[in-house]
Amino acid sequence: MILLNQILQGALLGGYYALVACGLSFMFSVMRVINLAHGSLAVLAGYALYVLADRFGLSPFTGMLIVAPGMAALGWALQRFVLERASRAGLLAPVLATFGLSIVIDNLMFERFGADTRSLAPFVDDLAYASWALTDDIAIGKLALMTFAAAVIVLGGIQLFLTRTSYGRAIRATAEDADTVGLIGVNPRVANALAAAIALASVSLAGLFLGLRATFDPYSGGAQLIFAFEATVIGGAGSLWGTLIGGIVLGVAQSLGALISPQGFFLLGHGVFLAVLFARLAFDDFGARVRSALAGGRA
Amino acid sequence: MSLLALVNVQARHGLLQAVRGVSLSLEKGETLALVGANGAGKTTLLRAIAGAHKLSGGSISLGGVDVGAKPSYARAALGIALTPEGRKLFSRMTVEENLLLAKAAGRSGAFDIDAIMAIFPNLKARRKSLAGSLSGGEQQATAIGRALMTNPDVLLLDEVSLGLAPIVVERLYGQLEALKGSGLAIILVEQDLKRAMAAATRIACMLEGEIVLEGRAGELTREAIMRAYFGLRSSGRAA
Repeated sequence: MILLNQILQGALLGGYYALVACGLSFMFSVMRVINLAHGSLAVLAGYALYVLADRFGLSPFTGMLIVAPGMAALGWALQRFVLERASRAGLLAPVLATFGLSIVIDNLMFERFGADTRSLAPFVDDLAYASWALTDDIAIGKLALMTFAAAVIVLGGIQLFLTRTSYGRAIRATAEDADTVGLIGVNPRVANALAAAIALASVSLAGLFLGLRATFDPYSGGAQLIFAFEATVIGGAGSLWGTLIGGIVLGVAQSLGALISPQGFFLLGHGVFLAVLFARLAFDDFGARVRSALAGGRA
Repeated sequence: MSLLALVNVQARHGLLQAVRGVSLSLEKGETLALVGANGAGKTTLLRAIAGAHKLSGGSISLGGVDVGAKPSYARAALGIALTPEGRKLFSRMTVEENLLLAKAAGRSGAFDIDAIMAIFPNLKARRKSLAGSLSGGEQQATAIGRALMTNPDVLLLDEVSLGLAPIVVERLYGQLEALKGSGLAIILVEQDLKRAMAAATRIACMLEGEIVLEGRAGELTREAIMRAYFGLRSSGRAA
């Protein structure tokens, strides 16, 4: 029964990881950019929601009406003024640019908010700890279930957007061949900026649920980035449903690890990530590309 | 006023000047065949017209509007469509999605999905297939269909018969024949001289980035074109 509970709680935790990974996975699959500022941006959204709640009495959910469009605008600007320029200098430059950006964001937040930890939980009554008892041994947290549902809706929504709308098709085509889309009337710069805006709007959701379920401080972004990255890689970089599965696998692995030993929570999570990473490098076509790139580099 | 007018167009690949001062004009309903050896600058010229290759000199105007400095997506919106060499389909998207993408040009006209399917009946069964899984002929039909979906005034076709079986090429040119009646102006690059002469109303032969021979299809002899093609300079500019 304990085992079943751990698996269930782990799967729900996985929903949170999938939500955190959504923006990272989307940016990587569509724009081929690994956004190392992903975690810091999620924490920034968390602080924005905190300020709106603390100063202006807006519930974090109402605050999202302001923060999500704000983050989308930030994503648009990030693409037009940073990533677009950086990507002209090769594949590595955008990664370095986002790394630098994460340091700037972290330290600006530290200067403004100090080292105190904050949480959004006090602004939502008992949502952070309320639960439904399924049996005597198993209870499901309301917030955990809500997070999971949000992950399914957001990942599914973006997937539908990409396949069913003209903007979504333009974004996918730009990802595949940015030169050719111009020939049929798509402005690739607009398509990429729109993709970045959507990615960062989803990052604001990650900030919301981070703040609701736990505490955060200006340097919390790094850990969020690692979990997001692990979920993305386990699920197969570039597939949104894969990201959901990757998040669940990571969450379940961590929960089962915690059953073995308290340190096992992180240990087994990282272990599964590494196992999947090496398996991919060894067996699937992503690995084949990496291997041929390495072989080409040596030759 | 010509539909499309090129004046002294120049384009480079780094130090190499691929197109050297090309001037030509195209009227509504005309089909111009661009012939010439490999490396003569035909593909670069088409890409320069479509905005996929930057001009290093000269001007291009469409219906009297200077488009030389506009990016490719803006030229598509004004009515220039290119079927690029090598097709360049979006291989992870379906045939239908490839076609629908071209609506981004924002032009209305006779060509929609149903019209494309009527022109290329071989695509009907493959509508929901990934473009990467198609046969060469189906891919080429999709690439031409995608360009037509922008409802262009000028259609640029770069080596549409490359790598296709003769029977497929035959059908493709039959389908192009049907398009000509609609007033569409076409510039096509074709390696097969006989086919180019049959399909076009005018022929222009390029050599080392310049147009060395130009004339109406009926008035140029095969021998004159061959001489210009290989750079045997006994013939001048005809017509």
